[in-house]
Amino acid sequence: MPMQRRTALTLGTAAAASVLVGRDAAAQGKPIKVGLLEDVSGDLALSGIPKLHGSVLAAEEINKAGGILGRPVELLHLDPQGDNARYQEFARRLLQRDKVDVLVGGITSASREAIRQLARRAGTFYFYTNQYEGGVCDANMVSTGAVPEQQFSTLIPYMAERFGKRVYTIAADYNFGQLSAEWTRTLMKELGGTVIGEEFIPLGVSQFAQTIQNIQRARPDWVMCLNVGASQDSFFEQAAAAGLNLPMGSSIKIMLGFEHKRFAPPALKNMHAVANWFEELDTPAAQDFKRRWRARWPDETYINDMGYNAYVTLHLYKALVERAKSFDKAAIRKVIAAGDAVIDAPEGRVTIDPASQHLSHHMRMVSVNDRHEVAVLKDFGEIKPYWLGQVGCDLTKRDDNEQYSPSSLPRKS
Amino acid sequence: MFAEMFSVAYQFADVFAFLILSAAGLAVVFGMMGIINMAHGEFIMCGVYVTAALFHAGLPLPLAQAGGTAAAGLAGVAVERGIVRHLYRRPLDSLLATWGLSLVVTQGMLILVGSSYPGIGTPPGSFSVGGYSFAAYRLALIGGAVAVLLFLYLLFMKTRFGVLARATMQNAAMARALGVRTGGIYAASFGIGAALAGFCGALYAPTMTLIPTMGVNFVTESFVTVVVGGSNVLLGTAPAGALLALVRSGLNAAYGQIAGQIGMLFAVIVIIRVLPEGVSGWLTRRGA
Repeated sequence: MPMQRRTALTLGTAAAASVLVGRDAAAQGKPIKVGLLEDVSGDLALSGIPKLHGSVLAAEEINKAGGILGRPVELLHLDPQGDNARYQEFARRLLQRDKVDVLVGGITSASREAIRQLARRAGTFYFYTNQYEGGVCDANMVSTGAVPEQQFSTLIPYMAERFGKRVYTIAADYNFGQLSAEWTRTLMKELGGTVIGEEFIPLGVSQFAQTIQNIQRARPDWVMCLNVGASQDSFFEQAAAAGLNLPMGSSIKIMLGFEHKRFAPPALKNMHAVANWFEELDTPAAQDFKRRWRARWPDETYINDMGYNAYVTLHLYKALVERAKSFDKAAIRKVIAAGDAVIDAPEGRVTIDPASQHLSHHMRMVSVNDRHEVAVLKDFGEIKPYWLGQVGCDLTKRDDNEQYSPSSLPRKS
Repeated sequence: MFAEMFSVAYQFADVFAFLILSAAGLAVVFGMMGIINMAHGEFIMCGVYVTAALFHAGLPLPLAQAGGTAAAGLAGVAVERGIVRHLYRRPLDSLLATWGLSLVVTQGMLILVGSSYPGIGTPPGSFSVGGYSFAAYRLALIGGAVAVLLFLYLLFMKTRFGVLARATMQNAAMARALGVRTGGIYAASFGIGAALAGFCGALYAPTMTLIPTMGVNFVTESFVTVVVGGSNVLLGTAPAGALLALVRSGLNAAYGQIAGQIGMLFAVIVIIRVLPEGVSGWLTRRGA
């Protein structure tokens, strides 16, 4: 397509995609521009659409209550359609042309890394709202999703104790899958167990006959499922049909992709995950939140953890600004550094950890039975994202701009 | 020992089935008209979704699958009438048009039906050989691939339509001069190609997750099989499928899925370099 036509098309789409959220009479003043990069079409649409819904719901609630320091929130949403190059293009547009005050979004870890440095260069605060493989020590980023010390350090000891010390990992072959597999290896070793086999699957592969056979040959006690995307999710159906019948653990199934709603039972039987949010959570705060969500989005198939995190992030941002009494990033970071970044979210009380700028979470273990019903097995309470601070990341003193992992730790300075 | 041999044969047949089923529809359309149907994945998706919809409406699985196949075939006839027919002598334009159609259909399905559709669930039943257990339904996939090859053989070699179609493939102008209604042959071929794509979708529907962009899972494999096979559907598709399945299943077993994927694509590059007109071009040159 010729250059001018493509630009016109993208501009037109961007213009159509900008959402001006309810400017209430109570909220006056220049709008606060929140740049949103969420996939609402393409392969990741089923996870991305709830994220947009969560942000819109939060923005509407905030504006109805008077905005942030009297200024209304304006969401500028662009849809990168799961294409990392488009993530970068749209991030540049939001940061340089629209000059957003804060950037929110990114879905896969690859997309996060694609835009993180762009946000740094623009000096715009970036909020990443997904669970991920942890380790990003970046003063310009706040992570509001769960991280391995909240998800794996709770899940893996339980699985090892209950099912056994031999685990087989299947993981998507990109940074999230590779790093999460590394975390699994590290934690299993600490428990005296072993990862007896690992398979990394290219994104887009949908046929798993050989993988299933490899698992059967290895005879693990349970399987760590780090497969990502609809194509790789076909593993569950095929494994159930082949009669694999092993317990499974994951940091991303059930609460992110609501596989238990999309697949026919018993494909997801015996899946375990540790989540900060899942729609089946039954507390008064959770029920109230769900009621409000369903009033706004009655056709939502499942309120997933990504949508929930997106919602909490905007409210968190509002609390940060109000406590800092300013939109200035340095002032907000001072609030975080003082340990004052606390809000009551539908999951429970959450705090931003000063050293890592990651969010604490109230973690609960869920499992799925053969009728795809979800049960809560264990309540871990509020778990702080302690790992980065423990290994030497301290954003109150130093801005590392690195991603660490168990095999790639900060240099002791 | 037997278990290992069986499992090797099984893995080969599983990959072979996937390649044949994905590629058959594309091969018919490409072989007949030289048209590269970029919406091939969407005909497969049509087969999947219609099968799932009919199944959820209460039909037994085989009937739902037949419905999915038929729906894709009808859609193919409609697309041929509406779009492709006008672009026969314009291969690049037909590429663009079918690609545009693919975009419209995937995003249209996203808007109309939503980002995901409830899955069907594989029919129960598994069997064991040695220490391995296999899903019985996967044998149906292998059977389906063989059935498709048989169908193509019988259609093109044993029916009057087949004779006319092969004549049109060989020399359309001459066939027309002899009174063959080539327009009708083209339309029927496109419909058959779309129906084969729908059949692929219908067969794989119980084994996969249903999202509007799921056609993309089949497209790479179908295109490389057709390219390696060359333009003669009968001669090319099966050997190409067998060759690529050998490479992929072998590498999958030895080194994992990444190696299998890369190895298969690398094999395609090598084969095309050595046999530019594909396997069928090589076979016809040798006087097969």
